[in-house]
Amino acid sequence: MAKQMRIKRNSQFLDIMHRLSKNKAAMAGLVLIIIEVLLAVFAKFIVPYDWNAIDIANANSFPSLQHLMGTDELGRDIFSRIIYGARYSLSIGIFATLITTVIGTFIGAVVGYYGGTFDNIIMRILDVIQAMPPILFNICIATALGSGFMNTLVALAVGGIPGAVRLVRGSVMSIRKVEYLESADSINCSKMRTIFVHVLPNAISPSIVSATMNVANLILTAASLSFIGLGVQAPTPEWGAMLSASRNYIRNYPYMVLFPGLAIAITVLALNMLGDGLRDALDPKLKD
Amino acid sequence: MAKYIVKRLLWMIPIVLGIVLLIFTIMHLVPGDPARMILGVTATPEEIEALRHKLGLDQSFFVQLANYISGLFFHFDMGNSYVTGVSITQDVLSRLPRTFGLGMISMLVSFVLGILLGILAGTHQNRWQDRMCMIIALVGVSMPAFWLALMLVLLFAVKLQWLPAGGMGSLKYYILPALASSFGGIAGIARQTRSSVLEVIRADYVTTARSKGLKEKEVVLKHILPNALIPIITVAGASFAGVFGGSIIIETVFSINGIGLYMMSGITSRDYPVVQGCVVILGIIFSLCMLLVDIAYAFVDPRIKAQYEGESKKKGGAKA
Amino acid sequence: MSEKKNEAFLSVKDLVVEYTSDGQRIQAVNGISFDVQKGRTIGLVGETGAGKTTIAKTILRILPDRAAYIRGGQIIADGKDLLSLPEEEMREIRGNLISMVFQDPMTALNPTMRVGEQIAEVILHHNEISREEGEKRAGEMLEMVGIPASRYKEYPHQFSGGMKQRVVIAIALACTPDILLADEPTTALDVTIQAQVLDMINDLKQKNNTSMILITHDLGVVASACDDVAVIYAGRIVETGTKEQIFDHPHHPYTIGLFGAIPSMNVDEEYLHPIDGLPPDPSNLPAGCAFGPRCPYATENCRKGEIPETMTPDGHKCRCINLDQVKEGGIHK
Repeated sequence: MAKQMRIKRNSQFLDIMHRLSKNKAAMAGLVLIIIEVLLAVFAKFIVPYDWNAIDIANANSFPSLQHLMGTDELGRDIFSRIIYGARYSLSIGIFATLITTVIGTFIGAVVGYYGGTFDNIIMRILDVIQAMPPILFNICIATALGSGFMNTLVALAVGGIPGAVRLVRGSVMSIRKVEYLESADSINCSKMRTIFVHVLPNAISPSIVSATMNVANLILTAASLSFIGLGVQAPTPEWGAMLSASRNYIRNYPYMVLFPGLAIAITVLALNMLGDGLRDALDPKLKD
Repeated sequence: MAKYIVKRLLWMIPIVLGIVLLIFTIMHLVPGDPARMILGVTATPEEIEALRHKLGLDQSFFVQLANYISGLFFHFDMGNSYVTGVSITQDVLSRLPRTFGLGMISMLVSFVLGILLGILAGTHQNRWQDRMCMIIALVGVSMPAFWLALMLVLLFAVKLQWLPAGGMGSLKYYILPALASSFGGIAGIARQTRSSVLEVIRADYVTTARSKGLKEKEVVLKHILPNALIPIITVAGASFAGVFGGSIIIETVFSINGIGLYMMSGITSRDYPVVQGCVVILGIIFSLCMLLVDIAYAFVDPRIKAQYEGESKKKGGAKA
Repeated sequence: MSEKKNEAFLSVKDLVVEYTSDGQRIQAVNGISFDVQKGRTIGLVGETGAGKTTIAKTILRILPDRAAYIRGGQIIADGKDLLSLPEEEMREIRGNLISMVFQDPMTALNPTMRVGEQIAEVILHHNEISREEGEKRAGEMLEMVGIPASRYKEYPHQFSGGMKQRVVIAIALACTPDILLADEPTTALDVTIQAQVLDMINDLKQKNNTSMILITHDLGVVASACDDVAVIYAGRIVETGTKEQIFDHPHHPYTIGLFGAIPSMNVDEEYLHPIDGLPPDPSNLPAGCAFGPRCPYATENCRKGEIPETMTPDGHKCRCINLDQVKEGGIHK
């Protein structure tokens, strides 16, 4: 039976990939993200200038062939900073989502499977957390932890857990009554094994979609936190921090504000397109 | 129905209590001594000790928490600002109308424009209208609100000089902030409206409505939209979170002296009681909005109304 | 037989309808022609997926825009060619001249609208009357289908399945249409309710001399409600005639098979005789007679080209080229 299930899952996976590959927007998003990841990883070999090289003589120069996106008030090359900044923005989004998903999935699966008092307590706590606008919760944690890259990452990861728990709990609860679990029960599978081998794989697809969207959201939230001074701090070239620093020059040097924002918008757009495509591919009913 | 509303209002008490508990605990974990911060590095240990006593900081966490909660619930007192010494309740209440007003305008704009775009897209599936609306919506959810705000300022205030870049005053001061803070909501609501219209448009009762000979407009307004509205309202509820949570950013960009800007000042000057008070107030407003959303469900869908009424007949069952 | 000389009130000629799905073309209706006289009921009988509902929706032009495509044919009702009418004029016909009762009463009513309003809506739309008058008439329609008018302000979820179907029927009959399209009106109902609803439709129909197209897969329903019958297989009419002709002298092997699949009350039979095989894949219909692959009498010739319509000895039409062999097969009663 296990073998059959595996085969079924594989063919489902291929189906999904096939549907996804036919979605042009999703593919465009995927390509953009891959390019960005490559740029971030190989930033050292790509950027024309050191991201932190101050060059007062060339400060505030508008975009030109020397400086594709111009330079900031200290003469640092904005293009180089944005390429380096991808490292921070992307890794905050991806790693925070990873932490959120792993912890959230674990808690969600366990409470969803067992139910009862334990489930009740966890859900009431989540009710409270989710009774606040999410960014406020993030702001509180970020205030308590202090600013900086790691703290921002942790603040965002913690803030996302309630949503992840709810999502996984919901799908686990809808699946756990299905017949094949009775057969797993009847052959005396241990509870934990039942959850992780039989229940979770079937509850995972909504999590994948939401994780993709979550990376996009976290990049936005991280930028917002940096913008209000709680996230990553200057001179780190995180995009939100760059925007925060260049805000005051908007009247005379609008390009300083334009490019970091564009970088965020394009990244988030690409992730959203991929997420939309994944959702359609996982649930073809929703399409057309 | 009235019973249900009362029950939901009562249910808000433990929620608000929970929020306070959570925020208070988190803020308590902030490293550093507030008394030293208020008095500065030159203060003597005696002065600091005296202030600690005055602020109640020398008491245990639980006593402080109990004091804060009783102050909030019985006197609506959220303590005083470390920096100015002014009552936070007073500061917050004087700023509340601006934040709330801006929030409501933004929500109204989001709701109306979002639904219009979503219906246009859903009823023209895969045609150019659909693609255009969905591109707008996708770009809308992808842009950081503060960047959009800055770009709006750049275009309409700096370049075209049509509208003021910030500050407060007549209605035109609210146009750019409302636009910036409603864009995300418009996009989210439009996307949800489209997908829920597409789901409903194939329902048998829509075919029934068409077979009556109704005009397409009537079919959409009387048969499709009311049935598509429930998930749209859910997303609109989430947009409340975006609008009130985002007020800190929008108010900072446009220098609007509301709760968001107050909280921002609290964050920069490490005035934690202020941050705490702002979060609590915004949390309460948001909870109230969510209550309105729940009540709106009942007005949209008679089955949910029946369920609410059935539920309040049963004893207990305090399930939100 | 006197009605036969009457002009057909509704006449469907060579109707061809296709669906496209994932780039595949699906032949739902392949050249169907039939007439309905004033006051008579024709039963369209066939298995699920034979194209019956598509025919009804094509007559009202309420097929899903993008997925369905009317390739050819004509539908004439009351002298008008429905397929070439502009949309505004078609709207005047829907619910007024022609109306439809849908298969599933559970989903056919708008859950967010009061049932009375759903009836009043169609009355107000097609008649120039005041709101009060419309509501009054809607209340009367409710009474007419056996629901107290006091329940006007209730919502569909407060009604049982049978009552919902009555409301659907009230909506369909509210403007006293000339033609009623009833798509499996009783299939989703309990057996005890089925007869009631069917009787009610028959009564109301007779009162207004309405013509009806009754779509069903249930030969019992046909026997109790229809005057004429058209047996449909894979989007084609394989046999058509009066109810008596079809029931007493079925000629087409498929029709005979349908009767064989019903238990007989008179003969003590040990087994039913289901038709072997499955309906053909509509995206890939076999050449020649679509029933060929399942037909015990099929010959080489059945796979060659169109099967012409032939007249049977008792004067009804049948699409089969091996009628003699079928007769010798002796499945006839």
